[in-house]
Amino acid sequence: MSQFDPDTDLPKGARPKEQITTDPSRPSERMQFRPLMIAVAPWVIASAALLMLPLVFTNNSALTIMNQMSITIVFALAYNMLLGQGGMLSFGHAVYAGVGGFACMHIMNMSDFFASFPLVILPLFGGLFGMGLAMIVGAFSTRSAGTVFAMISLGVGELIAACSVIIVAFFGGEGGVSGDRTYAQPFFGVEFLQQIEVYYLTAAWVVLSALLMYLWSRTPVGRMANAVRDNPERAEFLGYSSRWVRFYSFVASGFFAGVSGGLFAINYEILTEENLNTASSGVILLVTFLGGVGFFFGPIIGAVVFTLVQTVLSLQTELWAFYAGSLFLATVMFFPGGLAGLIMMHVPAFKMGRARLLIVPYLRTLLPAAIGILGLAALVEMMFHFRHAATGDNEMTLFWTTFDSHAILPWIIAGAITLIGLGIARATAPSLKDAWNSANTAPASQTVKGGAA
Amino acid sequence: MDLILVNLIDGLVTGLLLFMLSAGLTLIFSMMGVLNFAHASFYMLGAYFAYQISIALGFWMGLLIAPLIVGVLGAGVERYGLRRVHKYGHVPELIFTFGLALLIEELVQFIWGKNQMPYNVPDILNFTAFAISGAAIPAYKIFMIFVSVAIFIGLLFVLTKTRVGMIIQAALSYPRTVEALGHNVPLIFMGVFGVGTALAGVAGVIAGPVLGTFPGMAFVLGSIVFVTIVIGGLGSLWGALVASLLIGWITTFAKSYNIEMENILNGLGISTPENLDESIFRDLWSLTSPQIADILPYILMVLILIFRPAGLFGKRST
Repeated sequence: MSQFDPDTDLPKGARPKEQITTDPSRPSERMQFRPLMIAVAPWVIASAALLMLPLVFTNNSALTIMNQMSITIVFALAYNMLLGQGGMLSFGHAVYAGVGGFACMHIMNMSDFFASFPLVILPLFGGLFGMGLAMIVGAFSTRSAGTVFAMISLGVGELIAACSVIIVAFFGGEGGVSGDRTYAQPFFGVEFLQQIEVYYLTAAWVVLSALLMYLWSRTPVGRMANAVRDNPERAEFLGYSSRWVRFYSFVASGFFAGVSGGLFAINYEILTEENLNTASSGVILLVTFLGGVGFFFGPIIGAVVFTLVQTVLSLQTELWAFYAGSLFLATVMFFPGGLAGLIMMHVPAFKMGRARLLIVPYLRTLLPAAIGILGLAALVEMMFHFRHAATGDNEMTLFWTTFDSHAILPWIIAGAITLIGLGIARATAPSLKDAWNSANTAPASQTVKGGAA
Repeated sequence: MDLILVNLIDGLVTGLLLFMLSAGLTLIFSMMGVLNFAHASFYMLGAYFAYQISIALGFWMGLLIAPLIVGVLGAGVERYGLRRVHKYGHVPELIFTFGLALLIEELVQFIWGKNQMPYNVPDILNFTAFAISGAAIPAYKIFMIFVSVAIFIGLLFVLTKTRVGMIIQAALSYPRTVEALGHNVPLIFMGVFGVGTALAGVAGVIAGPVLGTFPGMAFVLGSIVFVTIVIGGLGSLWGALVASLLIGWITTFAKSYNIEMENILNGLGISTPENLDESIFRDLWSLTSPQIADILPYILMVLILIFRPAGLFGKRST
């Protein structure tokens, strides 16, 4: 086992100096009191947007996509409570969402009990069951973070996923468990027969859970989770048990995962083994990391983008999982901050009022790059068609043009577009880098005022 | 008695196959400090490459060439992927290998499609070696045992007796000192990664014909391999061997002896409820050992992690 990190030449686990020390001349920014208006504004805007969206996208399939998006948002935010805020990598988090969902399905099938309360509070039961399971598993899995936690989460995830085929009484075996949401007590006359009513129920739960999760991250427990993530030893010296801090994060995350499971149960009225297997756990990791684990709103972006990619792209191509996987790997390798990290990178330039310097260079590089990537995707699609289409089926349609995939001309065109697009992007990349540097460097007068390092 | 012997051989084959994967994985872990989730994907690539080569050049050339290609690919992944992600920390490294595993599975489906490949045992090994009271032992199983044992002995010899092995061992524990002595440590790391993945490739080549060459084969074996090295103790080669054999035998025996939960519970003095179909524990009562054979390793791992987090042979908990 190597003691030293080959890249930074520091002992393993140690962080480079500039990350530990803060600038002593400036007060801590995070703890500053912000005007209430600014703190509340994003929530009001988001709620208003959720209210207005069904008026813009009226058809049923759009509502289905938005519901799916909302459920993924709650789940991804819950997952990020572990990964981003607590530094715990879980490979079996779908289990808590799944068990919460299954519990909700069983409550739906208990007709007397289910009729005694409105459907609106059903996800709460899902949350409680998810939380219960998280308390049992967390009792032994949160002793340490890192690899041991990841392996226990994988083991428990596989165990419960395997149990879903064995314990038929609770998980319903291969067919899953299904129910009917409309038997609940009407909620102010609403029986949730229509998709739009379910949409508003889901949207309300999304806002509520996101707000609660945000507030949780501002409490001392949420703050300590960050401390334990970064330096458990130091947190212990300050008198906090890092194990208990992890346990609280884990249980809270299990609760909100269960809520998302309950929302799934209401939406689809069926839960199967697919809801809690390792593949679903992998997807939620992908969503969260794609969005960015470093910021609270990262998983929201990830959920929105991933659901769009999944639903829109999967209608267009069989290879959508391949593209999603490539996107994920590219994110890990080049932008470990995820999409949220990419957005937040531009904040300093905006604050200095120099972001407009970036527009033209961005267009010059990213537009050809996008065209080149589309060309590459066309090549991939053609190759796939060439290999797997039925014999004699030589025609394929791509980007609204139909052509013969066995002819040489389309290949030349797609190859040329790819080469030219990526070539231009590569040629203009250095000028983009220069523009980026100049946009992020304050002009001389501001440098003096800010007392730069 | 005869059944026990047959099961012992079957378990040995499974265990040694697991060991070929876990040996490489545990070496890579002790080097980089990170679990390579994509390890089983290299095993799958080994099987597919060998199938493709065996069409043109026959099984034996596949056995020779496919692991080499897999090893080169693995070294490339280390050089151009993992080394770049390494500076972000351990969690992104783990996530990178996880994403790589997903991508390789998609890639295999992209190239070879979703169906099982007709990759078969070569004719020269397709006969019955001997029979134990009617249960035939195919020669291919004996061949698998020989290949794995030969690889284990070779690995042990190289690591402990040769100069290269000494330098590798030294580089694992004191990379900076080894570097100061004039050895190229990043190259050693890349080499170990390549050899580890090549071992997984060998396992894929010889397992492909018996376990089936299909896109899910990495997923089936992948998580069991982690379980193996966690049980054995991360970074311990002997631990990997013991845990592999243990898991091989446990699952084989659980599958071939139909032990019913009802009998166990009755033996403990708990009588079967009258109306079993309505009891909420009906699934517990009808549980049998073949049903849970595949999840026994996970139960074992969770128990080990709770009671002995360092694993059977591990020296430290991570």
